[in-house]
Amino acid sequence: MLSFIARRLGLLIPTFFGVTLLTFALIRMIPGDPVEVMMGERRVDPIMHAEAMERLGLNKPLYAQYLDYIGQLARGDLGESLRTRESVWSEFLTLFPATVELALAALLFAGSLGLIAGVVAALKRGSLFDHGVMGISLAGYSMPIFWWGLLLIMFFSVGLGWTPVSGRIDLLYDIEPVTGFMLIDSLLSGEEGAFLDALRHLILPAIVLGTIPLAVIARMTRSAMLEVLREDYVRTARAKGLSPARVVFVHGLRNALIPVLTVFGLQVGALLAGAVLTETIFSWPGIGKWLIESIGARDYPVVQNGILLIACLVILVNFVVDILYGLANPRIRHQK
Amino acid sequence: MSLLDIRNLSVRFGDANAVPVVDGLDLSVDKGEVLAIVGESGSGKSVTMLALMGLIDPPGVVSADSLQFDGTDMLRLKGRQRRRIVGKDLAMIFQDPMTALNPSYTVGFQIEEVLRQHLGLKGKAARRRALQLLERVEIPAAESRLDAYPHQLSGGMSQRVAIAMAIAAEPKLLIADEPTTALDVTIQAQIMELLLDLQREQDMGLVLITHDLAVVAETAQRVCVMYAGQAVEVGVVPGLFEAPAHPYTEALLKAIPEHSLGARRLATLPGIVPGRFDRPHGCLLAPRCPYAQSNCQAQRPTLEPQVRGAVRCFYPLNQEVT
Repeated sequence: MLSFIARRLGLLIPTFFGVTLLTFALIRMIPGDPVEVMMGERRVDPIMHAEAMERLGLNKPLYAQYLDYIGQLARGDLGESLRTRESVWSEFLTLFPATVELALAALLFAGSLGLIAGVVAALKRGSLFDHGVMGISLAGYSMPIFWWGLLLIMFFSVGLGWTPVSGRIDLLYDIEPVTGFMLIDSLLSGEEGAFLDALRHLILPAIVLGTIPLAVIARMTRSAMLEVLREDYVRTARAKGLSPARVVFVHGLRNALIPVLTVFGLQVGALLAGAVLTETIFSWPGIGKWLIESIGARDYPVVQNGILLIACLVILVNFVVDILYGLANPRIRHQK
Repeated sequence: MSLLDIRNLSVRFGDANAVPVVDGLDLSVDKGEVLAIVGESGSGKSVTMLALMGLIDPPGVVSADSLQFDGTDMLRLKGRQRRRIVGKDLAMIFQDPMTALNPSYTVGFQIEEVLRQHLGLKGKAARRRALQLLERVEIPAAESRLDAYPHQLSGGMSQRVAIAMAIAAEPKLLIADEPTTALDVTIQAQIMELLLDLQREQDMGLVLITHDLAVVAETAQRVCVMYAGQAVEVGVVPGLFEAPAHPYTEALLKAIPEHSLGARRLATLPGIVPGRFDRPHGCLLAPRCPYAQSNCQAQRPTLEPQVRGAVRCFYPLNQEVT
């Protein structure tokens, strides 16, 4: 198991450099530069422009800029935002819990519902329920997030008035950020109704963000279950006289979870990408919205390092999934 | 009374018009008896036993006059009642041991599961018993194997574990579905020996589904020869080997390579088992039978009792011997 972890860790280094190179190059391929954005749309004085570029180190050749950037990273310095002069790290830390809260809620929604729907569809293969689940999940998978989000807002928020349109909590409440998680903070604040209000704010964005993972997990669970239920060891389990529930969950689902877990890990990356859209639609103050605004402002340090942080996060999650995969599958764990 | 008494068992996949995979089969096994079921692939040997175990899933349909096992009609049992017998008094081991064990659980877990389910053993007691069982099936270093996963075991080892699981609750009848087919020749003999040892030791009935007629001759007391879902001959060992009454039995025996020593080609029975579209009107073997007469094509013979056994043929062979 230790060598398994060590090998996985070794793979992280090239991935890390790949990400720095990509974000560095991509943001510079977009026309326009930070100075132009800062000085406004009107004609920029070339001398002032050049001075600002020099001050920011943006007049050096690209390779030198990249080396500066790597050197900065090596010192553990993520730089500061060109717009706000705040350090990228502290901005990230402030906004990150909001995204985590949203992503966790979405994963909880997608994971629990997806597993149940997938297992039941597999057990009742060919039934109306099965066809229904598969049809709906195909629709869910193909759904453009921004359109789906707007549709739900129109229906539930505007039409029925059940949920708020945007934000994390009503402005009525003044919640002290202790953990950064609004659900927890609102409970800690002791303000009456704050928790329920935060929950109501969370539901729609979580559903929107969780829709695609839900569809993927339901379909994956179904096909993995169908495959596993045909296995000889499931027949063996039944021949032992075990209850159907034990056969399905202990002997079936345990093995079906192995591919589902992989998909689950991959969905975390998709989830953070989806968060960019979802947060923008719902004005959710998380890192997705932060990045979109920074790209608009050509805020190079924020975009580079924000994406780097997200990439690290995805790498980390996949790493954890790899380890879980090893735990779930003894054949991987014992590989030499 | 016999331990197992199957009367008129039919298994179909699909509606009532579907060709039966098992067709009106009668079969009995006595306490402590070894019965071999032989026949080509697709003749319904395994399906018969899966039906008894209640392991035929829709669209498979099982029907029978009775499936008496140890005084209970398995056909009438539902869910929980059936599961109290299956895995306990009635156990089965399968052909491919490498896929029959769950890859995600240790050997110990999978054996203890049976002990917990049927004997109510838990914790240390279950583990102790599991260890005894592994030792009984002659697995070396049994203690450490308890925590091994199936992929760490060889085929022979896995089959021993499967046997340990099957005998964990001391069944009255053990069904072994081609237990050695997937194994190396050297291991095959060991596994057969182990099975027969256990059978004698616990005085269990043993149903041995096999292609290996040599094994049958050495181990079984009675043989049921199946063809296209029907029992074509039931007889005792060695009588059936010395004087087969059914042409199909004779053909099977002739097909043993040792019987063709000196010949340039091995003896074979031309043709294949009839499928769903070319099922003969009369005797199912008629199109392949060297002795077939005109009425064999038109009428289907029934299984008629003989001196020692039964045969399904209008013109049984070797009648002067019996």
